[in-house]
Amino acid sequence: MSDTERHTIAVLVDNEPGILARVVGLFSGRGYNIESLTVAEVDRINNLSRITVVTSGTRMIIEQIKAQLSRLVPVHKVHDLTDEGPYVEREMALIKVVGKGEARDECLRLADVFRARVVDSTTESFVFEMTGSAEKLNAFITLMEPLGLAEVSRTGAVAIARGAGSF
Amino acid sequence: MSAEPICGADIVIKALVDQGVDVVFGYPGGAVLPIYDSLFKQNSLRHILVRQEGGAVHAAEGYARSTGRVGVVLVTSGPGATNAVTGLTDALMDSVPVVCLTGQVPTHLIGNDAFQEADTTGITRPCTKHNYLVKDVNELARILHEAFYVAKSGRPGPVVVDLPKDVLFALGSYAGPEQGTHKTYRPQLEADPARVAEAAALIATAKRPLFYGGGGIVNSGPEACARFTELVRLVDAPCTLTLMGLGAFPASDPHFLGMVGMHGLYESNMAMHDCDLMIAVGSRFDDRVTGRLNAFSPGSKKIHIDIDPSSLNKNVRVDVPLLGDCGTVLAALIAALKEPLRRPDGAARQSWWRQVDAWRGRDCLRYDRSRSDLIKPQYAIERLYALTRDRDPFITTEVGQHQMWAAQFFKFERPYHWMTSGGLGTMGYGLPAAMGVQVGHPDALVIDIAGEASILMNIQEMSTIAQYRLPVKAFILNNQYMGMVRQWQELLHGGRYSESYTAALPDFVKLAEAFGAKGMRVERPAELDDAIRAMIDAPGAVVLDVAVDEMENCFPMIPSGAAHNEMLLGPRDEAARPVSEEGMVLV
Ligand SMILES: Cc1cc2nc3c(=O)[nH]c(=O)nc-3n(C[C@H](O)[C@H](O)[C@H](O)COP(=O)(O)OP(=O)(O)OC[C@H]3O[C@@H](n4cnc5c(N)ncnc54)[C@H](O)[C@@H]3O)c2cc1C
Ligand SMILES: Cc1ncc(C[n+]2csc(CCOP(=O)(O)OP(=O)(O)O)c2C)c(N)n1
Ligand SMILES: [Mg+2]
Repeated sequence: MSDTERHTIAVLVDNEPGILARVVGLFSGRGYNIESLTVAEVDRINNLSRITVVTSGTRMIIEQIKAQLSRLVPVHKVHDLTDEGPYVEREMALIKVVGKGEARDECLRLADVFRARVVDSTTESFVFEMTGSAEKLNAFITLMEPLGLAEVSRTGAVAIARGAGSF
Repeated sequence: MSAEPICGADIVIKALVDQGVDVVFGYPGGAVLPIYDSLFKQNSLRHILVRQEGGAVHAAEGYARSTGRVGVVLVTSGPGATNAVTGLTDALMDSVPVVCLTGQVPTHLIGNDAFQEADTTGITRPCTKHNYLVKDVNELARILHEAFYVAKSGRPGPVVVDLPKDVLFALGSYAGPEQGTHKTYRPQLEADPARVAEAAALIATAKRPLFYGGGGIVNSGPEACARFTELVRLVDAPCTLTLMGLGAFPASDPHFLGMVGMHGLYESNMAMHDCDLMIAVGSRFDDRVTGRLNAFSPGSKKIHIDIDPSSLNKNVRVDVPLLGDCGTVLAALIAALKEPLRRPDGAARQSWWRQVDAWRGRDCLRYDRSRSDLIKPQYAIERLYALTRDRDPFITTEVGQHQMWAAQFFKFERPYHWMTSGGLGTMGYGLPAAMGVQVGHPDALVIDIAGEASILMNIQEMSTIAQYRLPVKAFILNNQYMGMVRQWQELLHGGRYSESYTAALPDFVKLAEAFGAKGMRVERPAELDDAIRAMIDAPGAVVLDVAVDEMENCFPMIPSGAAHNEMLLGPRDEAARPVSEEGMVLV
């Protein structure tokens, strides 16, 4: 649909059993999209986790997603980073490329351009670590395809608002 | 904190008592035996032993909705918990506060496919407002108090607390309900004053305003209903209610148009279609109410009061969303309209009322009264209403045509007297719900307006009714069909009545007698009044089997996929206007 928007939403939740199932179940049960979802504890003392979910839908659906998330009992805060101003969004990927000869040199050259780091190497393989926007990761991975791309592992996006404010 | 540690099962009982619970609907089993043992040793809590766990949840719903309190359920692990799932879903859809305690296998066996193990928190996660698995006896009291807080605050709903058996035996400390809220869950009660002012301005200038009240007003309580009534009268606008909202506004008030929606009244639906301002209060724009969305009240501005942010702008875009509690927001709105006092535009309002009265003149609930050999179902409800209204009865229903006729022909002056399964539409709700109502109101007249098919879904509860001598009356509109299904088969499937006729119905008189109740059957209009009188005069439970016209259909009807102004008013409309292709796929 033409009026589909992509939104990055940060959700602060109690780190309790079942919370991830609750959030994921909400998305699957109500037929919302999940482009990516990451979760980890961010506040040990208060036992809080932060979920970053990238989703897409019409404006009405996005509003509904936020309302549905915020009515879950263990959810503290829901922030629509896309709506609330400038924010930084990053994703990390580990990319394994297998090959010999010229392709290897080409891999390294491109990795340098994209600032991907070599974190493991053998005579016939590299593992690159790369951080950036999803588009940048996609671009690099596409370039690796003809050069022996063997395996990809990605974290999904994490995001945070720019500036001094926090929630 | 109590000084002496006590066992988990005792903590459960103590917490329930401290929450003011006086009755629990339940069924025992291995995993909850410690709680049953603690129950045995005390006198403050009453336990009603149902005959199937599904009945326990509906009974708790009936109790909750007729008293404004939290209904409490106690069931065992595995099948006990899974039997409760339909009731929990029903309570979620209709926003009924219920706390359901489920037994669980001991913590060290969880995940091992132990005997009578079910992933209860997993299964009930999407059908509860919230749920808990208690793994530490020292958390038990806090979680139980929190469960009650969550069940009744904000938009009410069912909460499950899953209790592993070892936790029930373990010794732990008890804490009272003082801290019994939740760390962060605090539903917003007061709406933004700027928005309230905006709403007041729209109301003051509207020419054709309409109130569309729902179950949320009943959830908010009798005081909210009184404020709603005050506001409607102040604005002098017509008022319609959803199926769940019946009783929130007195049916005898001339502002009341009757129910809205698929089987709502002609005047309600036409007013909804043609109003220029819709004031939705605790109603959720359900598809049974809106009909085809792109033709829904096209010319109106919309104000919507709701406590659940996800109800606002869900199906229908509104101009002024007011997030907050009905009672609180209505008070603010009344204050805003009175200061300075704004009077409606007299001429415009007069012509709006003239229009509304013209719609009323269609007399959309008219039915054939000429037959003296056949009881029309509408007539049966009319007579039931006429002969019981001075007894202030509590009415529950099953699901089907009889439910709709009850909604159309029974009149409610006050909240908490009408209990029906609206959102989930659960056949088998009415009898156990009536049982729960009767437990909450021992001396009241409680009637389940039933269909013969629905009541069989939880007929085992007649045995509970017998055990506790509950004088519940079951008023069965027996058309031998799943009438609602038959009606849709006529509308959508060329009248091919596939499996909607029940060929071997029981003899309901004998069935009642088998359960120690009084059974009666009537077949002619002339016998009906005496039978109803005999039913309400009987001191105990009664099943009155009323043989009604098998082929009668329920009108008005907005067929699936149609708009409010495309209502079918009777069989002739039905034949003339087939359902659209888009409408066929809707339920
Ligand atoms: C066979 C059948 C036919 C039906 N036909 C019709 C029909 O013709 N017409 C009809 O109306 N229904 C009909 N229904 C019922 C329908 O499916 C819905 O259940 C019903 O319309 C919903 O009612 P409601 O909008 O009042 O919302 P409810 O389900 O009662 O929800 C209450 C709303 O109020 C909010 N709320 C709760 N507490 C508060 C508070 N304290 N303050 C503010 N807001 C609060 C909630 O968040 C929610 O949005 C039918 C059902 C069946 C089974
Ligand atoms: C548990 C359940 N199963 C199926 C349905 C679908 N259904 C809705 S109404 C109805 C028929 C009800 O028949 P009856 O109780 O005789 O009522 P009537 O419509 O004849 O008044 C059915 C099968 C339902 N609502 N609930
Ligand atoms: Mg029937």
